[in-house]
Amino acid sequence: MNILKQAKFFWTSIVLAVVFSIVMQFLIAGGTLNQFYVNTLFFIGINIILAVSLHLIIGITGQFSIGHAGFLAVGAYASAIMTMKLGMPFPVGLLAGGIAAAVAGLIIGIPTLRLRGDYLAIATLGFGEIVRIVFLNIDYVGGASGMTVTHLTTWPWLIGCVLLTIIVIVNFTNSTHGRACISIRENEIAADAMGINTTYYKVAAFALGAFFAGVAGALYAHNFYIIQPSNFGFLKSFDILIFVVLGGLGSMSGAVIAAILLTIISTYLQSYPELRMVIYSLVLVVMMLYRPQGLLGTKEITSFFKVGKSAKGGV
Amino acid sequence: MEIIQQLVNGISLGSIYALIALGYTMVYGIVKLINFAHGDVFMVGAFVGFYSITILHLGFFLALIISMVVCALFGVLVERIAYKPLRNATRIAALITAIGVSLFIEYGTIYVRGAQPEAYPSNLVPLKSFEVFGVTISGQSILILGTSLVLMVLLQFIVHKTKIGKAMRAVSHDMDAARLMGINVNNTISATFAIGSALAGAAGVIFGMYYTKIEPLMGIIPGLKAFVAAVLGGIGIIPGAMAGGLVLGVIEALVSAAGYSLWRDGVAFVVLILILIFRPAGLFGKNVREKV
Repeated sequence: MNILKQAKFFWTSIVLAVVFSIVMQFLIAGGTLNQFYVNTLFFIGINIILAVSLHLIIGITGQFSIGHAGFLAVGAYASAIMTMKLGMPFPVGLLAGGIAAAVAGLIIGIPTLRLRGDYLAIATLGFGEIVRIVFLNIDYVGGASGMTVTHLTTWPWLIGCVLLTIIVIVNFTNSTHGRACISIRENEIAADAMGINTTYYKVAAFALGAFFAGVAGALYAHNFYIIQPSNFGFLKSFDILIFVVLGGLGSMSGAVIAAILLTIISTYLQSYPELRMVIYSLVLVVMMLYRPQGLLGTKEITSFFKVGKSAKGGV
Repeated sequence: MEIIQQLVNGISLGSIYALIALGYTMVYGIVKLINFAHGDVFMVGAFVGFYSITILHLGFFLALIISMVVCALFGVLVERIAYKPLRNATRIAALITAIGVSLFIEYGTIYVRGAQPEAYPSNLVPLKSFEVFGVTISGQSILILGTSLVLMVLLQFIVHKTKIGKAMRAVSHDMDAARLMGINVNNTISATFAIGSALAGAAGVIFGMYYTKIEPLMGIIPGLKAFVAAVLGGIGIIPGAMAGGLVLGVIEALVSAAGYSLWRDGVAFVVLILILIFRPAGLFGKNVREKV
């Protein structure tokens, strides 16, 4: 009965999402939405993918990674090379971006995921910086002046990737593998003692998160006409981290809501970049002081509609 | 002789890293927090030094002392406002707060005074270059090295010979036991932040004198590298931070000398990842087994 209900809920959400994307497609194609709103919408989409992919690594598996912009950069450059240098179509670029980032995730994940807590955070931060410096020094991709990319990101591709990311990560979280990851978050030693191959699951979650960050990178590169290494500094990693933490660690809908809200706020504050960062940082500190569990804690937004039932996918 | 020249440069740079790393390592040792705002305290120190030299027309040493005092107060202020309420919170909350504080200091500074860089006045102290065995050693390097050494010796004295140093060691060993022994833990932690921040302030003034250019975002990269230095030496261990800073400075200078100066910033992080993989406790650290 419960499974039936879940399936019903799942398909209802999918249908709603598809209807929403078709409506938006007509609004954009018909020119009802002006360019400013369309740009914001694209920003939001990319940020949602990034937030959800990092949520899998930090919120579900509990591995504190602050080098997510590194995967974004790898995906952006790999896809840009595919489409601009090798003349491949955009879908190939998307896939290449994801795969390149996933490979980067494996390369960095296998050695560093043995580390815990702060050490892992610092190692991933170092990785993000290394990626940026590597791209800065490769002339093939334009060095510091960056690489020009044609605008290929369209609404169907964007919303398709957002939905795919959310569906894959929700289903992953609710599968055996997801439960293994949650058990690692809750207590790694206990999970190990229960016979869970902790290294395997940590690396798998890391690579999956990196894959979607790479896809986001591909969308990002083909949305902005130019990509530069300075776009992928560790401030970008912090931006993504902030979505996840403000939304509530362990809550995917929280991450999505935070990504939407913060993108809108920062778009409106774009003309005051310093003030924007001051407000941003104050929000962060005040939030941590008064509500360290984030907006939704570990709950999902759906749990608020089911009165009297316990939250799912979390604790 | 070129190589010795580079070594001297590396040691000068390394002693700046070491001064910043000391603050990181002391704070981590006592509250287990990576104080991301530490690099920004360093920046504030550089600006305080700059303004006391240009506006108040003070000499180098007075500017150094003023900058250290201001930074010490600033560090305590940050600790009391932002970190103290989080003492029992999760590590991740503390880390995010540190990032938030860091961004706040950086962009608050930009908001108040603008993002334009300032040029440190040169020839603050009349210095002569020395020639030793055919190697020219600039007076500046000697001044930097000398100042850092004096500060490090002073730090060792404070940590090992004074009452507050004893309290700091006790709190970093076991906070609860120290509290039971009647040590005022909050004051001890504040004192740690004050000492660490004062060292960062001194490093800021020295850095300004060495590189002559300061700007509000200057603290990010030296801050990260100093953290690498602290990890390299074994985080929480004071002599480790000194050694780590010097080693890192020398490595960077050698990489620059080999003609890869654009990769210099990357090398520090490669060193970091290697040390974390092969010897996570650092050069001076002991491996601690994890207990359930």
